[in-house]
Amino acid sequence: MADDALVLSHRLGEWVGHAPALEEEVALANIALDLLGQARFLYSLAGDEDELAYLREERAFRNAQLVERPNGDFASTIVRQLFFSTYQELLYQELAAAEPAGELGALAAKAVKEVAYHRDHATQWTLRLGDGTPESHRRTQEALDGLWRYTGELFDPLEGLAIRTDTLRQPWLASVTEVVTRATLTMPEGTERISWAAGGGRQGVHTEPFGRMLAEMQHLHRAHPGASW
Amino acid sequence: MATAQTADAVDQQAEFDALVAAEGRIEPRDWMPDAYRATLVRQIAQHAHSEIIGMQPEANWITRAPSLRRKAILLAKVQDEAGHGLYLYGAAETLGVNRDDLLDKLHAGRQRYSSIFNYPTLTWADVGAIGWLVDGAAITNQVPLCRCSYGPYARAMVRVCKEESFHQRQGYELLLALSRGTEAQHAMAQDAVDRWWWPSLMMFGPPDDESAHSAQSMAWRIKRHSNDELRQRFVDICVPQAESLGLTLPDPDIAWNEERGCYDFGPIDWSEFQRVLRGDGPCNEQRLEQRRAAHENGAWVREAAAAYAAKHSGAGTTNSTESTDSTKTGENSESTEGAMAG
Repeated sequence: MADDALVLSHRLGEWVGHAPALEEEVALANIALDLLGQARFLYSLAGDEDELAYLREERAFRNAQLVERPNGDFASTIVRQLFFSTYQELLYQELAAAEPAGELGALAAKAVKEVAYHRDHATQWTLRLGDGTPESHRRTQEALDGLWRYTGELFDPLEGLAIRTDTLRQPWLASVTEVVTRATLTMPEGTERISWAAGGGRQGVHTEPFGRMLAEMQHLHRAHPGASW
Repeated sequence: MATAQTADAVDQQAEFDALVAAEGRIEPRDWMPDAYRATLVRQIAQHAHSEIIGMQPEANWITRAPSLRRKAILLAKVQDEAGHGLYLYGAAETLGVNRDDLLDKLHAGRQRYSSIFNYPTLTWADVGAIGWLVDGAAITNQVPLCRCSYGPYARAMVRVCKEESFHQRQGYELLLALSRGTEAQHAMAQDAVDRWWWPSLMMFGPPDDESAHSAQSMAWRIKRHSNDELRQRFVDICVPQAESLGLTLPDPDIAWNEERGCYDFGPIDWSEFQRVLRGDGPCNEQRLEQRRAAHENGAWVREAAAAYAAKHSGAGTTNSTESTDSTKTGENSESTEGAMAG
């Protein structure tokens, strides 16, 4: 969960200075910051945040492959965000409702509000892009089709969590389908999984761009072992 | 706007002059001289552009920030800058121009942004140097603008300055951590200060005897202090701060002047300033290129939002794609560098 939030936050941070409108500079940075905050809290439950973020190698990260996908164009960033924030909102709702709540429940109760905003942002943009111009429609459909095979993994079990993530799949599908249909787009029909590594990310098996992302993220920290910042 | 020598115009001018002299605030619907309007448009637009271009040198390090805490601080800061750009374009729009036109002028190189953002961020310490020195210089410039005669600009400055002071403290704290860290970190901090010191002093604009707009802007109470006064104030603040940081400033002439009650400092290389203003700085081309690319690559997104809004009236859009009346903006190519960054 922490890795999901960190990696997606990093990807969104890459948009800063490149967004299509000033409002989106603010919005994307804002979402990135929320996710980074969630990641930091979750890491703090497991150990030292910087050690966990900066000193693990690619094979030790457990994020879903969906969140490490390169940003692509704005449509692909928005679709990735729609898929992920819908999932994350359902996950946090479950965690917030779980008994006993514990520290994770407290985080979830707070984060679920942030994530609802992220999902709303992604929803509004999916509608605008899907039901905007022919070009935006085409790009958004391509993004949906291209990212679809990374969605199945989201519902694989999460290590150490009492919640059954597979039960989130139905409400997730219903929610995403509703938005996609309203946006005059078509739900993809192909497989929800990449065939060569079912559940890859959760097992530490990632896609190629991820290693490069980590190299950029970690190089300065690693170049000064033991330094504090 | 009446420009003829009618009795009305004389009355309006007199009323305006009296309001300004009484430290009153000019509001968007008030009569104002054309040149006052044009000066404000130029200055506020340049200020807004500086916030937007100023995101780039810092965003350059978001993906490489060395700790999660620093990364969060930097993300929040760059987000604030985009927000400042939005307030300032909003303030400019109260003068009858429109944001899209101002952005077009920026992209076409017809309106300026602060010369400081044409310098590259080469190491992580540069992020701290920008916070401490560049934001520090910006605040020194902007605090007096909170009392500027044009109401919307003054109010925007109040909000901007609050956030800027916070960024400046964070920059200082970043440098302090480096300065007290390992030898390599200390060297990184010193190198950054060495590179950013002189460009920061140039942010106050040309010396008073060469500043084209100063006298008029001061008479209009847009500007409250001269470039050299503000520059001196900034040096006086920075010298003791550098000492407590354990870093030196790259100027052998810095010395306390008992008689003047402030620090003397060495001559500024104005030829470098002129080169950067002309577009020959290290990053001028790159900064504009990135801005244009973001705008062009985002065109289809803005068009989609407009098309969607047209289809679903009442469904809001976050983009100001509708066009409004745009009066002449009176931009020119003369420097009003005595402004803004951060």
